[in-house]
Amino acid sequence: MPAFTDLLFFAFAGLTLLFGFLCVANPLSRNPVTSAMFLVLTIVSMAGLFVLLHAFFLAAVQILVYAGAVMVLFLFVIMLLDLGEEERRKLNRVALVSGSAAVIGLAVVLGRALLAAKPMAKAGAVAADGDTGALGRILFQSYLLPFEILSILLLVAMVGVILLSKKESR
Amino acid sequence: MLDQLISDPTVRFVAFGTLKILVVFGVLMTFVAYAVLVERKLSALIQDRVGPNRTAPPLVLKIPVLGKLLQGWGIFQPMADGVKFFLKEDFTPDYVRKVYFWIAPAITVIPALLTIAVIPFGSRLGGEPMVIADLNVGILYTFGIVSLGVYGIVLAGWSSNSKYPFLGGIRSSAQMISYELAMGMSVVSVVLVTGDLNLGKIVEFQAAHGWLVFYQPLAFVIFLVSAFAETNRLPFDLPESESELVGGYHTEYSSMKFALFFMGEYANMIASAAMMVTLFFGGWSLPFVGAPAGTWLGGLLHIGIFLAKMIVLVLVFIWVRWMLPRFRYDQLMDLGWRRFIPLALANIVVTALVLAALKS
Amino acid sequence: MTKVVDRKPLTFYERTYLPTLLEGLKVTARHFMRSVKGGNAALQLGDGYYPEVPWQVAEGYRGAPYLVRDQDGNTKCVSCQLCEFVCPPKAIRITPPGADGVPADRPNAEKMPREFEINMLRCIFCGLCQEVCPEEAIFLQKHYSLTGLTREEMIYDKERLLQLGGVHAGIQKWKHKLEEAREQDTFPVKTD
Ligand code: SF4
Ligand code: SF4
Repeated sequence: MPAFTDLLFFAFAGLTLLFGFLCVANPLSRNPVTSAMFLVLTIVSMAGLFVLLHAFFLAAVQILVYAGAVMVLFLFVIMLLDLGEEERRKLNRVALVSGSAAVIGLAVVLGRALLAAKPMAKAGAVAADGDTGALGRILFQSYLLPFEILSILLLVAMVGVILLSKKESR
Repeated sequence: MLDQLISDPTVRFVAFGTLKILVVFGVLMTFVAYAVLVERKLSALIQDRVGPNRTAPPLVLKIPVLGKLLQGWGIFQPMADGVKFFLKEDFTPDYVRKVYFWIAPAITVIPALLTIAVIPFGSRLGGEPMVIADLNVGILYTFGIVSLGVYGIVLAGWSSNSKYPFLGGIRSSAQMISYELAMGMSVVSVVLVTGDLNLGKIVEFQAAHGWLVFYQPLAFVIFLVSAFAETNRLPFDLPESESELVGGYHTEYSSMKFALFFMGEYANMIASAAMMVTLFFGGWSLPFVGAPAGTWLGGLLHIGIFLAKMIVLVLVFIWVRWMLPRFRYDQLMDLGWRRFIPLALANIVVTALVLAALKS
Repeated sequence: MTKVVDRKPLTFYERTYLPTLLEGLKVTARHFMRSVKGGNAALQLGDGYYPEVPWQVAEGYRGAPYLVRDQDGNTKCVSCQLCEFVCPPKAIRITPPGADGVPADRPNAEKMPREFEINMLRCIFCGLCQEVCPEEAIFLQKHYSLTGLTREEMIYDKERLLQLGGVHAGIQKWKHKLEEAREQDTFPVKTD
């Protein structure tokens, strides 16, 4: 039933955009916890999109890691710091320029990628069944070096945090 | 016409799916209600008390011997509790953050119910696989959903806007994140052995090769203890420790909203018991009665076996609650991070090495 | 002199939590088995349980505080308001008789309270009122299950308190004092 999947795709895509918008610019509430919760919803609806692509593994990991662990930590920090309502700030020129530069850059990269890709190419077929193995092979064979570099980056961050948090007790 | 409709796969899928969801939901809710009763009775017997023994609907006592007996066992207590929860005053304090205060109980219950969806609670019944959603990444799905369960508690604690619930919420988020790691890592070694993330396949593997608890005893112990921590059950019930945090995250809740937290806890307990049965105790299989059943009787038997195993594990959960005192928070964290995670990692490495050695 | 006892480091076996687990299992299993066999004290209460068979409280139990009468049926309380003052949760409210109020109904006292209320929702059964009363007019008695449908119902007034309290047959300080005084009036004073 292609029609039904299409419907789901538009539903999830719409929800992702909506929640994403509410996360950064919620007109009703400027509470950081609300933003964090909308980010969680964004992530969950994005997982829905992954499911539609038959990338079950990605969807599960997306929820498990981002929604389930990372965002809980975010929430944890927001609550512990007891952040109040965010104030409406005047637009800062530097922020404006750098921000829009980043957006335009990202848009260009995305656009090029989209143009280069054949519409609805074989992407689905690879992941059609038991995509976990395929993903593992890609990660640990073709992209092993970037993967390891990323792990080291994370390790560095971790060590840095430990160093910073231990500093005061001495 | 009707035959045609039944043989249409889509119709079949929708119809049987709905049916299974309804039945499983009903059974689960009954289990939750009676788990509470069993908990109360068992604790009473362990503590030299009597336990609930006087609720009875009007006519039941007229039944000669059985009526009195049922009343004494407290069979009708859950119904009375349910009615009580519905009729109690639903109190919302003035200082809470209303929206989150209202949705937090729901956020707690829903993940607990969703995890059941991927558990294969039987082999086959009239050609239908006895699992609501036969996912290829069943285990990951469960973990993902379970990890969402923490939001309900954290939001409840935060939105209550008073200190004990807040401390409870903070504790629970830290605790659940820590033990999720240990739990996930213990399962990795299981997956290494079976080579599949699909829970149905894992059960079939065990039906063919024997229960995984014998291959992976260490993983089972870690999983069991982490399950206690994830469900906030007694040796690790720090988020709601009565003696220090009044009631923890649900201090400000009353009536049905409180009941939802309560149901969430028990549903979680049952879900993790079901998960353990599936992962370590061969699901619906008995050591010598393998293969998916072809007959209706066989299918029902398999469901029965699964439920029996699950009940035993739920009893273990309940018994432990009355057996052990609560851990201190630093001990809890120490156990999670400094013992279980290294142990689980070592277990993964050893398992992988052994498997590699066997292969070559 | 304080003696510091070194805590022995736990052995490896002890640190696995296994001994505590086994110990806990043993204790709970023992109690469970005893209860299942019908051997626990609660199960052996032959004649029934609480609401039907009220709980027998022990001697010296501190239940609800009630006012008592003396052996002649007179109010012992003299409205000194010490109990009102001492009551930690301020459960007692006394209205004194005032200048032209009714005098005490017993000969050896000047006054008695016009109204005496105890809010049983506030009372914590601490017993300080009994302790402080110079007239031994208020005692914590054996009632422990006080119920009512409204808050007002739980404020016990003087009549109710006296009625519930009954006659206190124990120490009768004023009876002896009165007899002594009468004796001194009627008999000639010994003049040696
Ligand atoms: S028992 Fe204590 S709380 Fe109750 S009335 Fe007497 S002094 Fe007050
Ligand atoms: S009860 Fe005792 S303490 Fe209280 S007012 Fe009467 S005499 Fe005084």
